[in-house]
Amino acid sequence: MSIDKDTAAKVAKLARIKVEEDQLEALAGEFNAVLGFIEQLNEVDVEGVEPMVSVTPMRLKRREDVVTDGGMQDKILANAPDAREGFFAVPKVVE
Amino acid sequence: MADLNQLTIAEARDKLRAGEVTSAELTEACLQAVEGAGALNAFVHNTPEIAREQAKAADARIAKGDAPAMCGIPLGIKDLFCTKHVPSQAASKILDGFKPEYESTVTQNLFDAGAVMLGKLNMDEFAMGSSNETSVYGNAVNPWRRGNDDTPLTPGGSSGGSAAAVAADLCLAATGTDTGGSIRQPAAFVGITGIKPTYGRCSRWGIVAFASSLDQAGPMTKDVRDAAIMLEAMCGHDPKDSTSADIPVPDFEAMLTGDIKGKKIGVPKEYRMEGMPAEIEKLWADGTEMLKAAGAEIVDISLPHTKYALPAYYVIAPAEASSNLARYDGVRYGHRAKLAQGDGITEMYEKTRAEGFGHEVQRRVMVGTYVLSAGFYDAYYNRARKVRTLIKRDFEDVFAQGIDAILTPATPSAAFGLGEMSEADPVAMYLNDVFTVTVNLAGLPGISVPAGLDKQGLPLGLQLIGRPWEEGDLLNCAYALEQASGFVAKPGKWW
Repeated sequence: MSIDKDTAAKVAKLARIKVEEDQLEALAGEFNAVLGFIEQLNEVDVEGVEPMVSVTPMRLKRREDVVTDGGMQDKILANAPDAREGFFAVPKVVE
Repeated sequence: MADLNQLTIAEARDKLRAGEVTSAELTEACLQAVEGAGALNAFVHNTPEIAREQAKAADARIAKGDAPAMCGIPLGIKDLFCTKHVPSQAASKILDGFKPEYESTVTQNLFDAGAVMLGKLNMDEFAMGSSNETSVYGNAVNPWRRGNDDTPLTPGGSSGGSAAAVAADLCLAATGTDTGGSIRQPAAFVGITGIKPTYGRCSRWGIVAFASSLDQAGPMTKDVRDAAIMLEAMCGHDPKDSTSADIPVPDFEAMLTGDIKGKKIGVPKEYRMEGMPAEIEKLWADGTEMLKAAGAEIVDISLPHTKYALPAYYVIAPAEASSNLARYDGVRYGHRAKLAQGDGITEMYEKTRAEGFGHEVQRRVMVGTYVLSAGFYDAYYNRARKVRTLIKRDFEDVFAQGIDAILTPATPSAAFGLGEMSEADPVAMYLNDVFTVTVNLAGLPGISVPAGLDKQGLPLGLQLIGRPWEEGDLLNCAYALEQASGFVAKPGKWW
């Protein structure tokens, strides 16, 4: 399967990465190189094989459903590029 | 006497306990070495104030007696580890200015044991790379050179700064992380020891995530004994990482007897790659002979799905990365792009991520997005996970046959020149991990041990792969190999 310019643009959009129009051709080429490499997986007989979920068989631990942490608004906001009045600030989302 | 920064952890520990040296003295020697090694670009954020304070505290603790082995030992920390109030940006522009409000579990474990942090170390951006050339800080440089040729060489990646710093004696040891070979390949390129433990040995909490089902932290050290000492301090159960194993951590150092009589060492035929340099082939044969001479039984084994490990990795790792890196949105931390009049939140995400992520990271995030997208999820992602099951089964089968450890080359070549691979397509760079990536997919422990020099005078490493949770046994095999190979070469100082 070969990725064209339009597919590359769609993937960039899904990944929320701005790619300039004149870069799309090159990007599609890189995708194709990587995907061409991945295509080898089609040679493998995977009939009846379960996809791996956890590499070390273990049961995830459970804990009481209680609050263990919190009350640190200042720390949460300390690294924000734009924080105001105790909130993260972003461009207008709703018209 | 060797300069203090040239000591191993074990030597320094013994001298500290004997009162022959203080952590303050060790730390000053390392800080001075770091100061003089700008040309290596290994340390990217220096923390001398923290180091001096920690050294002082360590000396007080040692004076009281009963200090742990890592107490007072100066270390470098890979930039991927979040360190409280110290820049931690995974060598990415998108985390520019990020100073975590918390400490990663692994660094906290080391600090609790009394270790000293000299600063943060260079790496490939988000640990994506095999040459340290994708870093926002610029390339780290290998202290080794090809004879009298002064072409700058790569220290490998992604833990390239860690490798360069340890090989150049800027610190006694360093932390690394390994998703597809990022501890073992750089260790091999600079002639040091690096171990990736079993998945779940080290807590991943506070380590910037790349591919969560593959990422593991581990030590990069001057020898196998140091790897045993430092690994023990790094690992252990952590309730904050649900995949961290709740099993006891043995005294790894005590397991280094050098006695491997009767151990079964597997040599997998599928690792004999077409076009493999004769020197690598010879190193591997020599290593096999050494283990045999030490009393091990050499067994030819087969790991039939080896060939498919790299392609499976390049589906699974980008898929997980595309999810993990979705958090870099310009809202909560790091870089946010300057917006134009009328730009909304989508433009903010798109511009921020285009400016903040480097080329290789963008490519992998987008490949990951593609293989997870509707219509391709089964064809790519699920198929890769099934192949991963088969790769793990290959190892389970040989371990069930009684194999104790597996010997392979660590890398398909010695260190290459910086920039030499830039014209190649991305897949050529990915081939660097061909011998290491299977181990991450199967969640196994793997260690790279320096075993010889090539004809240009560059170090080459061998890899040993162990059974899950049996790092102690694996380290002991590596110790026997280290003793037999007698590798002691150091790079000549030019920096």
